[in-house]
Amino acid sequence: MTKFNYTAKDFKSAAEVRWCPGCGDYAIMNAVQKTMADMDIAHKDFAVISGIGCSSRFPYYMNTYGFHTIHGRAAAIASGVKSANPALTVWVMTGDGDSLAIGGNHFIHLVRRNIDINLVLFNNKIYGLTKGQYSPTSDRGKITKTSPFGTIEDSFVPGQLVLGSRGTFFARAVDSNVKHTQEVLAAAALHQGTSVVEVLQNCVIFNDGIHDYVSDPKFRSERQLFLKAGQPMIFGEEEDKGLIYDNGRLKVAKIGENGITREDILVHDPADDNIGLQVALINMSLPEFPVAMGVIRSVEAPVYDQEMKKQIETVQQKRRITCMDELLHSGNTWTVDGENCDEPVKFFNQKCFE
Amino acid sequence: MKHTKVIELEEVAIRFSGDSGDGMQLTGTLFSDTSALLGNDISTFPDYPSEIRAPQGTVGGVSGFQVQFGKKKITTPGDLAHVLVAMNPAALKANAAFMNPGGTIIFDADSFNDKNLEKAQFKTNDPFAELKLEDFSLIPVPITSLTKESLKELELDNKSVLRCKNMFALGLICWMFDRPLDYIEKFIQSKFGKKSPLVAEANLLVLHAGYNYGMNLQHMTPQYIVHPAPIEKGIYRNINGNNATAWGFIAAAEKAGLPLFIGSYPITPATDVLQALAERKDLGVKSFQAEDEIAGICTTIGAAFAGHLGVTSTSGPGFALKSEALGLSVMAELPIVVVNVQRGGPSTGLPTKTEQSDLLQTLYGRNGESPVVVLAASTPSDCFYYAFLSAKIALERMVPVVLLTDGFLGNGSEPWRVPMMSELPSITPRKATNPETFLPYNRDPETLARDWAVPGMEGFEHRIGGLEKNNAGGVNQDPDNHQKNSEIRAAKVEKVVDMIPELELAGEPEGDLLVVGWGGTYGHMISSVNAMQEAGKKVSLAHFNYIKPLPKNTAEVFSKFKKIVVCELNMGQFASYLRDKLPEFEYRQINKMKGLPFSVFELVEKFEKILEA
Repeated sequence: MTKFNYTAKDFKSAAEVRWCPGCGDYAIMNAVQKTMADMDIAHKDFAVISGIGCSSRFPYYMNTYGFHTIHGRAAAIASGVKSANPALTVWVMTGDGDSLAIGGNHFIHLVRRNIDINLVLFNNKIYGLTKGQYSPTSDRGKITKTSPFGTIEDSFVPGQLVLGSRGTFFARAVDSNVKHTQEVLAAAALHQGTSVVEVLQNCVIFNDGIHDYVSDPKFRSERQLFLKAGQPMIFGEEEDKGLIYDNGRLKVAKIGENGITREDILVHDPADDNIGLQVALINMSLPEFPVAMGVIRSVEAPVYDQEMKKQIETVQQKRRITCMDELLHSGNTWTVDGENCDEPVKFFNQKCFE
Repeated sequence: MKHTKVIELEEVAIRFSGDSGDGMQLTGTLFSDTSALLGNDISTFPDYPSEIRAPQGTVGGVSGFQVQFGKKKITTPGDLAHVLVAMNPAALKANAAFMNPGGTIIFDADSFNDKNLEKAQFKTNDPFAELKLEDFSLIPVPITSLTKESLKELELDNKSVLRCKNMFALGLICWMFDRPLDYIEKFIQSKFGKKSPLVAEANLLVLHAGYNYGMNLQHMTPQYIVHPAPIEKGIYRNINGNNATAWGFIAAAEKAGLPLFIGSYPITPATDVLQALAERKDLGVKSFQAEDEIAGICTTIGAAFAGHLGVTSTSGPGFALKSEALGLSVMAELPIVVVNVQRGGPSTGLPTKTEQSDLLQTLYGRNGESPVVVLAASTPSDCFYYAFLSAKIALERMVPVVLLTDGFLGNGSEPWRVPMMSELPSITPRKATNPETFLPYNRDPETLARDWAVPGMEGFEHRIGGLEKNNAGGVNQDPDNHQKNSEIRAAKVEKVVDMIPELELAGEPEGDLLVVGWGGTYGHMISSVNAMQEAGKKVSLAHFNYIKPLPKNTAEVFSKFKKIVVCELNMGQFASYLRDKLPEFEYRQINKMKGLPFSVFELVEKFEKILEA
């Protein structure tokens, strides 16, 4: 039985959505709104926070509390919101420029602290709002307006950054695969701690087709590996390929060839504290490997906002000082009460303070 | 205006104290000689035990040396010391009674172990609480281990190593009081150089290690403010400006019935504000040590968005980093308080020295038309009241407030009559009540303050942001709308004038010279103006705590004087601001950029010149 019977529509605000026609953001927004409806939490308890970039317009389109802030700072502002009120469900909508360039510091520290925030990273590998400059996830050699001869720098792999920051949850999805994105977002929403969901998002204007090789639905089962906890990591039209370790390295093997059976295929364990295999999954790229999709890592760890609350409660159980008057009069004080002394005058004795 | 007197640096009494074998007499003598060579008048008071070698670590074996130094004629070594260097618990015990309230105690943390505490007959392992010294500035320094560490390359026996400890303390004190080391170096060379070059080298190494330690840890020069005599009845305590600021915020949160959140990043000399608040989990304070200055203010803005009283502390360079986010709180109209404990600039500048050079940054240092309310505290203890008032203004007018203090106030301490919470005015946050009519930028027609609804409140869901907006919080870039909103944001700050008192004068309401100051220079300003008045001069003081907006009657007060001089620890920032706001007056300037407070002597001399001209 659900309390609210919300549908995705209940989360749409009256504001006109102004992304370019065909932008991947539309699909992601639909998936987010559906996920929120399914969470069965009151509108009033959602806070959607964003920074700057195309995706950061997101809060205006949501019928919840929302805050469209400044470039790169959504993670920091959301950290303040959630620490102040852990009862809220806080989402951060951000892009590859917002979170991995100008806001990189806040991003890694949010993940390290493990504040219970759901962060959706729209990765279109380009700066869209400023009209087409390379981003920290653009591939080496990428030609853009600020790299007319190709970039000479390597890109971030967002999952590596999350795991390197001791992240407790990382998942990946493709914008056009709304059903799968929704599944992943639902898992992220349930996770206690910071969840980062990287959505491969298409920018139709400035980087159209950048993820096509991966995301093309025609080759989905060949080029994407959909991870499921406790299941062997198998992919392919015929479900005939899987991941094995060969001399300590991850390798794609064909089931039925060289004596490989289904039992030899590695089983996915997102709850494994050891990040070794999870990092290897994050690093998989075409054409040697399929690209890993779904929840790659999901482990339990202390949650910052809960710990902050607990610490205050613990201290307060044993406190000697319970209010400001007691604090003011605590410790080393002395009384002045001589005959020549005046009566005390209030500091704020002016009329304007009444 | 209250009467205070600043004990200037030149009048500080320092007491060196340790075991009679610790070399305290030599340490004190060298420091005195160095000060004398700098042109200070000094008076010293060696205080060593009759039993030159009483049992080590016992109170009877303590040897002390007190020196008072100053520019003026010093006639006594100072009854009470302002700074105590205690090499062990016994030294602390023997000298506790001779300390000025709120003084600074530097102690060898290594020697404060169970064994030594027992020898000095302490009953608990918290000697400071036992001697009621909690409100003193305590500076623990692992003198013994650092001395050993700095000599580990030398082939010196343990006993000789430990004999160098006093040089560490001496180096540290020399750094704190800006004494050059050359005289002491020469002394060491001539005393040990020929006889025992190794001992000379060891003493020099440790002397420099102590000096560098002070520099690296950015210990500030202790400052003192004393009042002529207890004036008002009441309960008193010592408090420094940073603690008073922190407590003012807690008091405001309690009055407003809101939780307090501080998001901040450590920076000299503001760190103590964060530390003092982190300590107060018992009162429910949420403290968040952020990854950088920007996250410090951003978490604070997030907490304000979520309905807390959000405050952040910083100093000049950190304030620069917070500029963009401060603009966001101007645009979104969220109630936060930023306290800037100013230090010498630009860039990293003089981290441990005081200055008032962030005024123009505070008033104007943001993109766009971005007005904020600006207040400045003027004594260590009134930081409490101005922090309280900053929060009241922010919460009742939905506007960011910047509170300016400085290194001198933040680290300076003074006795303070503790108020009862019932003496403080109420704070009524502007929480929205009617979801039917609510829009985030509906305003009170009088004050222009907007309504405040926070996540979790049913029926008030809304979106706000850093883009120019309409009343519903939605994006609106219409030309007339931007013009109107810019005017509203400016007017809202100006209307705070109704909440602040009129400018009060110290002295007659008219005269030959009006001395104008603001913020942390108050103690020196009032002392020098008092001195002028005692000499029969028609001089009054107008000291500003309210910078933006200025008190209503400012122009009227200014108009009654023949001359006006603006004194500040910068190149004339408040003077430029006044020229902009009240161009009808002529402003003379007294400016100082030495990282030091004014001295009464220099101010009086300059006032006299202005009067003669």
